[in-house]
Parts: sequence; structure tokens; C-alpha cells
Amino acid sequence: MMRREVLTGWGRYPSKPCLVTAPRTESEVSTLARHGGVIARGNGRAYGDSALGGAATLDMRRMNRILSFDPATGVLVAEAGLLLADIITTFLPRGWFPYVTPGTKFVSLGGAIASDVHGKNHHCDGAFGSFVEWVDLVGADGKMRRLSRSDNDPLFEWTLGGMGLTGVILRAAIRLRPVESGWIRQRTIVAPNLRAAMAGFEEAQDATYSVAWIDCLATGCALGRSLIMLGEHARVEEVPDAFRASPLSTPTKKKRTVPFDAPALALNRYSVKAFNALYWRKGQGGPEEVLIDWDSYFYPLDAILGWNRIYGRRGFVQFQCALPLDRAEAGLIALLTATARAGQGSFLAVLKRFGAQDSRFSFPMEGFTLALDFPANPKTFALLDQLDRITLAHGGRFYLAKDARLSASTFHEADPRAAQYRDLRRGAGLDHAFASAQSQRLLL
Amino acid sequence: MTTVTFPPVLVIGARSDIGRAVAHRFAAAGHAVILAARRASELEQDRADISLRHGVEATLVEFDVLDTGGMADFVAQISPEPQIVVSVVGAMGDQAESESSPAAAALIMRTNYEGPALILGLFAERMAKAGTGTIVGVSSVAGDRGRASNYIYGSAKAGFTAFLSGLRNRLADKGVHVLTVKPGFVRTKMTEGMDLPKRLTAAPEEVADAIYAAVGKRHNAIYVRPIWALVMAVIRSIPEPIFKKTQL
Repeated sequence: MMRREVLTGWGRYPSKPCLVTAPRTESEVSTLARHGGVIARGNGRAYGDSALGGAATLDMRRMNRILSFDPATGVLVAEAGLLLADIITTFLPRGWFPYVTPGTKFVSLGGAIASDVHGKNHHCDGAFGSFVEWVDLVGADGKMRRLSRSDNDPLFEWTLGGMGLTGVILRAAIRLRPVESGWIRQRTIVAPNLRAAMAGFEEAQDATYSVAWIDCLATGCALGRSLIMLGEHARVEEVPDAFRASPLSTPTKKKRTVPFDAPALALNRYSVKAFNALYWRKGQGGPEEVLIDWDSYFYPLDAILGWNRIYGRRGFVQFQCALPLDRAEAGLIALLTATARAGQGSFLAVLKRFGAQDSRFSFPMEGFTLALDFPANPKTFALLDQLDRITLAHGGRFYLAKDARLSASTFHEADPRAAQYRDLRRGAGLDHAFASAQSQRLLL
Repeated sequence: MTTVTFPPVLVIGARSDIGRAVAHRFAAAGHAVILAARRASELEQDRADISLRHGVEATLVEFDVLDTGGMADFVAQISPEPQIVVSVVGAMGDQAESESSPAAAALIMRTNYEGPALILGLFAERMAKAGTGTIVGVSSVAGDRGRASNYIYGSAKAGFTAFLSGLRNRLADKGVHVLTVKPGFVRTKMTEGMDLPKRLTAAPEEVADAIYAAVGKRHNAIYVRPIWALVMAVIRSIPEPIFKKTQL
């Protein structure tokens, strides 16, 4: 039975009344896939309207069974609604961790595949899709097909990063990474400006994990000042004495919850600037290398449940683009200058070096990616249009898992693969079968 | 070193969202679980999930709550012998249909009262002989007072609640603990599409947590969300001349 529900993404903008149903079995998914205009939704962590169904939304969270695990190869088979958090809870104690994880562990397996999410190790390991062995996909005819990496099936390749628009991902086999401990050795590099930050990433190409927090309100010669955080999985002998007996378990932290929507004014240019300046100063003083638990390293924001409420009732929007290596510096300078000038400081701004990735429709490309978030208001939208143009002018493209408001023309101009994807979908009748508010907006 | 072994738990009605959550909850604490349902073989993926996730033994067993004739054999043959038996069997049915169709009404009465009461009664007999064990019956707030909108279902649940109460009374000094659970609204397949008030509606996992905790503390009867105790106290206290004119 379908229920009516007003859905949003994690950014709480935009919202849309949707027909939602939560299938429990393969046969239910099969029936629903023939409904037309459906999209599968995982844990709703895409920021915009990627998982707001065109006609109906399949809430896949009840399909979260772990089906098999092979400790010899690290291959896990599970249903699409399983959360990365559950994978970690279950398999970290046995010495395994997801190969690729985004900045929240509350994403579903299906969502991670559909968005081909990336992590702090993209420069050396690639995106989530690199570790997907096969996917069981329910097509427009309601039939399930197993698409394998080894078969070189184009549909498999389009499904990685395909935003759920090739069909409903039912289950998948992914490879996990063997780890000796639940601890990360973190090293922080202080970069006083953008050029230093970019050089810092190049010097750190051997680090397993690298990501930079960037002060997007700094201007002049401090433009782009950053704290680059590098990480390595700690070996058993590197774990603190007190925890070495059971290196795979780390102390559990108290979760905090944002209990109410912050007033729209709480995050303004002054408070954000003060926060950024404070964070910057804090980064200078500390020891160069520290050992921290996996949860604090990968998921600092997960410790504050419902942190999306700090932007107030109107919600917020993310901007994330990737710029090709040769034009990244000029592009980043232009993006940061425009952001600082607008005074629309982003609370969290993240810079990351991407490695090479050649895929059908995934977001990453060799170069740099910049992610910013802003409260959803008219001033922001004007700034975002400007950032779109800068991205286009520097040969960049946009991350659909973050997008809530790109125009179709901008999107297609930035990414010629979009037209190929649209044609493929039309040719196979997938455009009527699978649609999200986002795919309709972007004419996919 | 001593090894602690946790007694096996039988979940009757394991296909339901609450049943699945209860099985996971006990398995997470280290109990072996037995999943009983009709067409049990279809639950193989749930079985694998529980076993892999929690590292416990999980088994499937075929069970039909309407097959009262087969119940004695079911209880005699089940292995491993469960020390905790949880029945989450239930079906809401369609009130309007039940009003005019005795067959439909009988099905709801049998599914919510006759079947669960008889099977739990048989397990209770065995536990009484052994002098130990726990019986958990998931009843409903709908059984606290008959209302126009669901009194066929509600009356069956009322019967089940009374049965559990009597069983508890009888076995109190025989080492057998009987727990009655009234979940209130729960976000499950059964209620999908209904417009349920958030504060009064629990997730299946919340119900499972409450059951697990109540078994440990040997509580007698619980509402999953405490607010339901208040809501039902008010509903029960309304005098009949007024109550009969309300639409609740």
C-alpha cells in the first residue's frame, strides 16, 4: 500500500509530496518497478531531489539483509537498503571496513552505488563502484538481472553512478578492505593559501586518505587557506596501549541530536566567519600526527544526529563541482573569490584531490573537487548560478547526489555524457519507468 | 573461562516486521533464534542475515497458526527447545468486511486469539513441567476497549490479553514468566498507508527493544511507548453512555 508523504533530501530543500511504499521482498519490488515513474530511495542522504520519486518512491530500507560474506575474499553480498553503518558494525569487529565511504555512514548500499560515492581515498582507490562485483537490478519489465563487472555489460557501468535511473538496485556484491584496527593515524598539514593546499595534495599522493577543510571566507593572500588531513589505517602495533588487546573496537561516543530547527539567522556571515577563523586557529596548534577512532575520522558530523537542522526550516543546499587538473587552480580561485565576496560563507567547505576515473556517468574526474553548503535562500541561489558559470568556464562538472537546483541546460552543457544517458534511457524505455524529481528537472 | 549460553528464542510470526526485529534483537544479544512462519522457506534470506550479522544459530520452522490440530506435534518436535517463546502473530483484517462476513470475522478471531493462545498455552505447559521459561504475547491496545472502527480485531486481542493474564496468574509460582505486550501504533507493513500520529507510533525495532528489556526485567505487561498507558487509561475511563457516541 502506498502512503502519502512529503519527502526531501538531506538538505531539506526542495520538498515534494510523494507516494511512498516500502517493499520487503523481491517480488514486491518487481511489481512496483512496473508502476512507472518510480525511483528507489535509500536512507535519504542525497542532499537534493535525487530520491524524490517522479510518480512513486520505493523506500528500500526494509530490504537490508546481509546475505553472505566470504572471509577469504572480503566479498559481501547484501540487499540495497543496508546501511554502511551496519556494514561497519557487523564487519569491523571481524577486521573489515568499506573500501570507500562518503562523509556519512548513514548511506545505503544502493544509494552509494547509484551515486558512485567517493571518499577521502579517491586519488588512490577510485570511487565506490570500483569495489562493486555485481548488482542485481530490477528493470522496467519487473525482471531481475545480475549485472557483473566481469561481463563488461554497459548497463552495469551505467548503473554505477546512474542515480537509480537504470532500474531498482536490489542487491549487490562489494569487496571490503581488510584492516588491523579501528584506528586512523591522522596527520594535519597547514596550508596558508590555495596554491600551498594544492601542492600539499600532490605531495601527499601516497597517503591512503586525504581531504582538506578550506576556509572559504579567507580572502587576499590567505584565499584558500586549508587544513589538509591525511589518514592511514593504524596497524596493531600503532594502537594505543589501552586498546591494543582489542584493536578493532574503539570507544563508543555519545550521539548528540539537534533538537529543533535553528532560526534562519543563526548562521550568518559573522558567525560563520568566526567559526572558520576559530577552526583555522585550532588547526595550527595541535600535534602534527594523532591517532583517532574511525568514527571521528570518517564521520565527524554523524556524531550530531540531525545536523541538517542547523540551517533552519528552509533547509540548505550543497554545491559540489569537480574541476579538471589543468584548470583547477584558476577555477578554484574564481569560485572561492565569488563565495567570499558574496559573504555567503559556507559552514563546511571541503577540498579534495580526485584521481583519474573513467566511467559512464559518475561524478569524479582527475582534478579537484570543492564542496560548499549554504542556507537555501534567494541570495544563495544567485551565488550558485554564478558558481555554475565559473565551473562551466573551467571545464568542470556537478555532483548529482548534492544537487537540488541545477538547470537542465547547465547540466547538459557541463556533461556531454548526460545526452548519451538520456538517449540510452529513451531507447530502452527506462525514461518512463524510472524517474526522480531530479531526473525530470535535468531532462535525463 | 566460563562460557555463557543464551537460551534459544522461538519467534512465531517471524515474517512480520515486528517478528523480524524481535529475532534480530535477541540474536544481537547472543540468543539462537528459531523463526516460525507459514512458507518458512521464503525467510531463508532473513535467516542468513540474522546468522551472519550476529554470529548465532538461526533456523526456520514451518508453522501455521490456524492449524490447531498440528500444534501438539509442533511443540513436541521443535528443536532446539526454546526457553523463550514470542508470538507476534496477528492480522488486522477489514472491519467492514468482518461485520458482514462471518468467515472473515472468524479468520480474524482465530488468527489473533485462538491460534496464538493455543500455541502459547502448549509451550507454557511444557515450561511449567520444566519449571522455567518465558512466554511473550504481542497483544494490542485495541483489546483494551472495543471501538466501532476495529472491534472484531480488538475483541480477539482482548481475549488474548485476558488469556495471557490468566496464564501469568496460574504460572506465577511455577517459574514461568508471562509477558503481555501492547505496542500501540507501529510503523509496519500492516499499517503502511495509514496516517499515524508520530508521538504515538513506534518503529518495529523500538518494539523489539522494549520486549527484550521487559523479558530481562520480568515485567508483566507493557505498553511500548509509555504515553499509551495514559491514552488507554483515558479511553477506558470514559463512561459508556458517552463513549458509545464518540468516534475514536
